Amino acid sequence: MSSEKIIPHSEAAAKFNKDVERVNWHDETLWFVREKRDRSAHQIPDWELIRETASKIKNNVLSNIHDYLVQFEENALKNGVIVHWAADGKEHNEIVHSILEKHKVTQMVKSKSMLTEECHLNDYLAEKGIEVIDSDLGEYIVQLRKEPPSHIVLPAIHLKKEDVSETFHEHLGTEKGNFNPQYLTESARHSLRNTFLTRKAALTGVNFAIAETGEFVVCTNEGNADMGAHLADVHIASMGFEKLIPQRKHLGVFLRLLARSATGQPITTFSSHFKKPRDGKEIHIVIVDNGRSTQLGRPEFRNSLKCIRCGACMNTCPVYRRSGGHSYHNAVAGPIGSILAPNLDMSKNADLPFASTLCGSCTNVCPVKIDIHDQLYKWRQVLVKEGHTPTAKTAAMKTMATVLANPTVFNIAGKSGRFVMKNIPSLVNNKMNKWYDQREMPAVPEESFREWYKKNSRASKAKDNEQ
Amino acid sequence: MKIGLFIPCYVDQFYPKVAIATYELLQKLGCEVEFPMGQTCCGQPMANSGYAHLTKGCDANFIANFTGFDYIVCPSGSCVLHVKDHLHDEKQEEKAAAIRNTVYELTEFITDILKIDHIDGNFPFKVGMHQSCHGQRGLHLSQMTELNAPFFSKPQQLLQNIKGLDLVSLSRKDECCGFGGTFCVTEEAVSVKMGKDRIKDHESHDVDFITGGDMSCLMHLEGILKRQNSRIKTIHIAEILNSLEN
Amino acid sequence: MSSKAAILNKIKQNKPEFVSELPDLSVLGSDQFDVLEKYKTTLKSIGGDFVEVSGIEEVKAYIKNNYALEKRIITTIPELSEIASLDWENDDPHSLQDVELTIIKGHFGVAENSAIWVTDEILGQRAAPFIAQYLSIIVDKNTIIPTMHQAYEKIGNQDYGFGTFIAGPSKTADIEQSLVLGAHGARGLVVFLVD
Repeated sequence: MSSEKIIPHSEAAAKFNKDVERVNWHDETLWFVREKRDRSAHQIPDWELIRETASKIKNNVLSNIHDYLVQFEENALKNGVIVHWAADGKEHNEIVHSILEKHKVTQMVKSKSMLTEECHLNDYLAEKGIEVIDSDLGEYIVQLRKEPPSHIVLPAIHLKKEDVSETFHEHLGTEKGNFNPQYLTESARHSLRNTFLTRKAALTGVNFAIAETGEFVVCTNEGNADMGAHLADVHIASMGFEKLIPQRKHLGVFLRLLARSATGQPITTFSSHFKKPRDGKEIHIVIVDNGRSTQLGRPEFRNSLKCIRCGACMNTCPVYRRSGGHSYHNAVAGPIGSILAPNLDMSKNADLPFASTLCGSCTNVCPVKIDIHDQLYKWRQVLVKEGHTPTAKTAAMKTMATVLANPTVFNIAGKSGRFVMKNIPSLVNNKMNKWYDQREMPAVPEESFREWYKKNSRASKAKDNEQ
Repeated sequence: MKIGLFIPCYVDQFYPKVAIATYELLQKLGCEVEFPMGQTCCGQPMANSGYAHLTKGCDANFIANFTGFDYIVCPSGSCVLHVKDHLHDEKQEEKAAAIRNTVYELTEFITDILKIDHIDGNFPFKVGMHQSCHGQRGLHLSQMTELNAPFFSKPQQLLQNIKGLDLVSLSRKDECCGFGGTFCVTEEAVSVKMGKDRIKDHESHDVDFITGGDMSCLMHLEGILKRQNSRIKTIHIAEILNSLEN
Repeated sequence: MSSKAAILNKIKQNKPEFVSELPDLSVLGSDQFDVLEKYKTTLKSIGGDFVEVSGIEEVKAYIKNNYALEKRIITTIPELSEIASLDWENDDPHSLQDVELTIIKGHFGVAENSAIWVTDEILGQRAAPFIAQYLSIIVDKNTIIPTMHQAYEKIGNQDYGFGTFIAGPSKTADIEQSLVLGAHGARGLVVFLVD
């Protein structure tokens, strides 16, 4: 993946927009999820206070994360859990591999973990001859299609039931042309049940890790994390270190917010608290940094580490809904992905903070009140300063800066600009001007406001009267 | 009350009628209004593109033009938000701060400073209101659908006494139109799709006019409407509020 | 330097200087509603079902009338030995793959989301509520509390190896957002609300 040429967001989005029906469907489906979120959130009178509380808890975590991590590890060890630390994705993958190797495991079942997407774990293990099957239905679908998830909560939201039917027909032998979601889900249930029953190792993500008790919580609707973990001899849980929260009672705040923000459900079907392994079995926790400590050191961007991965910012983002998750070429797409990705690699992800109108809806739905759209604005400033913008754009901006700083030059430029628009439309109104592809230029008036004002303002009229 | 009239550069050049309506309306409401002739642009197009460090000259020019007024009023939520959030000048920070604190978008100036809750007028048409994101989510000119909080809308409140005006309730009350500054050309496909979808919402409610407080959103929507040969027109809210002849 | 030391060092260096205090949680969870009614409507809305019963005999009768008794039914409740087996708790969890119905008790229910708190001590096996085709949980009506805040007050520092909130049957909407019950876990959940 890393060696592939990255298609810039705007280009991928333009391609996505070629199929208008598909874009409409994608937009409406995600908007439907946003509406469910609204209805659910608006039923809770304290909703805004709960968001504020969650935000404060996460702020506290950011300033005490060192101590909480130490406390968490200490308690987890007491609980009989094995704790590993990984500085980056590569080390994370090596740790997972070494655990599997020790247990002579060549097949593993995995529930949803965006962190393992971020670390490209599946590719790494495949090279080592280990087969990983993703058990979340959406992830299972995209895995069969050899695609990455396009959404952190709804991994296959870019696909229609016809696509899923084709994929299942090819890989699971389901009836050709049977698009019924009930039938397709049932087929996956059968296939994955066999997987659960035959895997000795299961990997899950972590939604929350509790410093006070050393336990961690995994939330799913399908029950796939539990099916994997409770039937396997070895349970590996991968977590970014920012998943920590101080105390068990803080889960009350986050579990009220998470599912309501994500899908509008009052809570996920299962919120499983793993504290100790079953007798004779193993639980491993891999605590991963992979750039998070760097982000912690960027005062303007560290708030992004408060994210609880609910996906609400994606569902509400008018750009995400009309460009699709894959256009963000990052494990986490959408607004939150666009402020996380540049931390990992500025040059690869320099386009993402610009894939936004800065409308601010993301910030309003964020359950932990991350200032997402302000961070998009701030990343733009950083990316420009670090030289990640096209030179032509920089030159144009410099010219603009000179003109706008000088009223005399501005007046001449303004007039000539209007003169051009009015008299030689072909110069501006050609295909080189992206405005004009699907939009008309504004009609040019006889005179500008300042010209009118000179003649008609009270002050100038008074002056005229004096003369 | 001495008002500095701050007119966005593209409004000055392309939509003088919006500036004239703003100027006349403020005078009708009893304000003494002056348009400082040396004003150019607030610098937002550069800042939002990542070039905030190049706006120093712009900022200095803005301060030179707008220092000394009781209030600065502008018929654009977006430009006002930029000034409020980003106008700075190391050499004259006090003046910059004074401007940041006294710059107002037109409708909030009327409701919050002039304390006027409705304006008489005549506009016998079916109208859809386009909320500009910067006005709404940035300046809080109206409640945002994402929040669990009571409804209010300063621009809508001002329209309630306009005779004949039938304000429709849109399906998506505050979705972005896709203009987004340079976004409208750098992400042309998504920008236009967003605009088309906004228009469809207004169309399905059978509006004659789309109004709003930001001409940039309306310019983008107007561009698409004209290309589609639509019968729907755009009109800045200042023009509706200034519809009553003296 | 080990990765652990390196990560912790870097965090120490980079963390915010300003220490934010933890917020007061006591102001939350004062939502006003009829707890039992809310519980019932929420459970229905997420695909679950409930039966109000006066005691264990009615549970038995309901199960006899509504489930295929010839299929495998397991429980951790001795009073249900007539209709369900009790001798599976030390078996290999994989052997539970043919279970049709698991019947367990819940510690308490939460009205705002209809979740039920269960832990190792009443699960028999961790896999039991997940691997069965159907699930039934018996909850004392008087234990239902309004919100998750009261839930964690109730849990306090309870010690468990594993605990989970179960809210409704297993479900997915990963295909075109169409809701399908019975993704990997139980296809149906019936909650017995006991007086």
